[in-house]
Amino acid sequence: MATTLPMIDYEKIKKVHDAPLEEFYTSGHRTCQGCESALVMRDFAKASGPRTIATGATGCMYVANTSYQTTPWVIPWMHTQLGAGGASAVGMAAGIRALMRKGKIAKEKINIINFSGDLGGADMGLSGISAALQTDYDLLIILYDNESAANTDIQATGLSTYGAVTTFTPSGKKRRIMQRRWKKNVAPMLAIGHPTCRYVATASATFPALDFMNKTRKALNVGGPTFIHTFDPCPKGWDFHPGYSRELGELGIKCGIFPLYEILDGKVTYTYDPHKKGRIPVRDYLVKQGRFAHLIDEDFDYIQGMVDTMWEEWELPGIAPIKSGLEMASR
Amino acid sequence: MTTAAQPTDVWEHELLLTGCQAVSHAVKLADVDVIAAYPIRPYTEVMDQLSQLIADGELDAEYIIADSEHSQFEIVKHASSVGARAFGGSSGTGWMYGMEALAVTATDRLPPLFLVGNRALDDPGAFGVEHNDAMSVRDLGWLICWASTAQEALEHVFIGYRVAEDKRVRMPMALAMDGGFLTHAQHMVKVPTLEAVKQFLPPYDLGDRVLHPDNPISVAPQVNEDWVMELRRQNWEAARRARGVIKEAYKEFNGVFGSHGSQYDNPYFTEYMTEDADAVLIGIGAVCMPTQTAARRLREKGHKVGYVNLRWFRPFPTEELRACLGRFKGVGVIDRDFSQGSPDNGGILLQDVRSCLYPLRGDGPNVINFMGGLGGRDISIDECIDMYERTLAAGRGNVPEEIVSWIGLRE
Repeated sequence: MATTLPMIDYEKIKKVHDAPLEEFYTSGHRTCQGCESALVMRDFAKASGPRTIATGATGCMYVANTSYQTTPWVIPWMHTQLGAGGASAVGMAAGIRALMRKGKIAKEKINIINFSGDLGGADMGLSGISAALQTDYDLLIILYDNESAANTDIQATGLSTYGAVTTFTPSGKKRRIMQRRWKKNVAPMLAIGHPTCRYVATASATFPALDFMNKTRKALNVGGPTFIHTFDPCPKGWDFHPGYSRELGELGIKCGIFPLYEILDGKVTYTYDPHKKGRIPVRDYLVKQGRFAHLIDEDFDYIQGMVDTMWEEWELPGIAPIKSGLEMASR
Repeated sequence: MTTAAQPTDVWEHELLLTGCQAVSHAVKLADVDVIAAYPIRPYTEVMDQLSQLIADGELDAEYIIADSEHSQFEIVKHASSVGARAFGGSSGTGWMYGMEALAVTATDRLPPLFLVGNRALDDPGAFGVEHNDAMSVRDLGWLICWASTAQEALEHVFIGYRVAEDKRVRMPMALAMDGGFLTHAQHMVKVPTLEAVKQFLPPYDLGDRVLHPDNPISVAPQVNEDWVMELRRQNWEAARRARGVIKEAYKEFNGVFGSHGSQYDNPYFTEYMTEDADAVLIGIGAVCMPTQTAARRLREKGHKVGYVNLRWFRPFPTEELRACLGRFKGVGVIDRDFSQGSPDNGGILLQDVRSCLYPLRGDGPNVINFMGGLGGRDISIDECIDMYERTLAAGRGNVPEEIVSWIGLRE
């Protein structure tokens, strides 16, 4: 059963001053200075508007955001369990659809948006999000990725950058690097694995300006289940001054370690294209963060080499780790 | 419990149905909006039935095949939070896999209904009945009720939703039934008319707690030490109020359906041949069949024994059961579950029954415990006779040093 409800006709926001003034994520939270994930919250709520229901999986955007009696949410919001981001969106979308079809509530377009952090979106909740992307419900899952369990104690997750110091991956006398996992490639995994999911994107709340808000609107306009992975510098977890959050996001994208793109109906558009604009050295991004202070030249070289491979050898540069050229099996 | 079929305005027809099939008919009549499924034996047959009802256009509901029980239960929970009547279910380890979601469904005070087709917990694999799965949510703020016939199973979908959704309660409902013995055993079941069900079961209304853009609330924020005590207390009060709401619901049920269907004298448990009894057995679920037959045979020989079939486990019918069991000299508790390392290494039901009887102290019955039927092993009529005889002896003062005995165990 495809969507038959009228869609909300979102316009592309062309200039910062054209962004809606109304806030649906306001005061009342207690996120850190320089928190990019809080901006993700504010921007998706602003972009989607008041006819929206949000669920937030356990994570810093639950614990730091919503203290009892001081909620920042102007739209209806409900907590969901760490691994239940996808299921929460499916349950609400199914409930709303059934109630509208049976005439129990008024028919209108209501956005269902779940946000999950890296533990919820990329580790524990991956199976549920995958299942959500197989449905035909209108729902948007936002993976806000600050590369650690940022509220709980800055523990490494499946999305932490190689080499980063976290409380689970300290640097020691015997082992310089404990975080030896390469960052999971979530958005392409979901795009490639779910052929009926029409829209998957990566984004940053602040770079390029308005990009994330417009991707949110595009996802809601396209309809069906959609997914956005945001890249959120975290002053506390990454160990840098809160004044540099936006800049670190920009550097991460410009060095190519976090590719910025959208995939609509299988067509890839780089929303920051390193082929045209070039890549800055990854080192310029890493050395500005305390979590990489222990790295030595060979570590920087290794990370740079991996990023170079992503962009120079992958069939879909920066996206899919398949190398070009088909070879027939030897006979 | 049930009388011969007499189609009336209340009862549409009588069908030969398994427990799971009976529940599927009831889910349809309850106009459930959202169903989430995940396969595991033996509860899964209810989902097979419901998917066919939807495919045939007989039931208008969203039907979601989840990726795990955890997702399944979360889908049900969140559908319930937007005001949709929701249905789920599971068995054994599947129920345990979704345990986190089950805990928050109760603390979020949402009232979906789940069918638990009781199954032993792995390892090792076993499809047969044990009650530990459903009983695992006994402390979390759930309503837990066992059906012992397919007719009761059908009726308790209506009773369950009505009690769970009552604004004085708003707790999730686990309708349990013995895997195999009831999920897959056929009984003649009277199926009511939609009009009669509508008369008994009002539409689900979550009131000012429903999530909708017109009601922009925040649900389940972080509270820490500031408010958890007060919220737990609200849960506690709801569980306490549920006892009264359950009584009201059965009274109303008897009024709407009773003249030709089930008559529930007591919502919480059914007494069988207990009048003037010296000793009784008390148990849960399908074990009521051999125990009742055994009681009849012993009565024919002049032994004063009876059976108490406990239906509601949460809320536990403290006062009613104390008044009932306090009349006897010996009480044998049959546990189709285990609570390893608990006081006397008894079963879960033993602990609750003894705690319930404690205020009677010396005036109360002597209580002994039988562990039996684990993993779906049959409990025979002869074994029931043996249990009655031992309970009679305990009632006469011959209480064994070890009050727990295992029935039907290879030694």
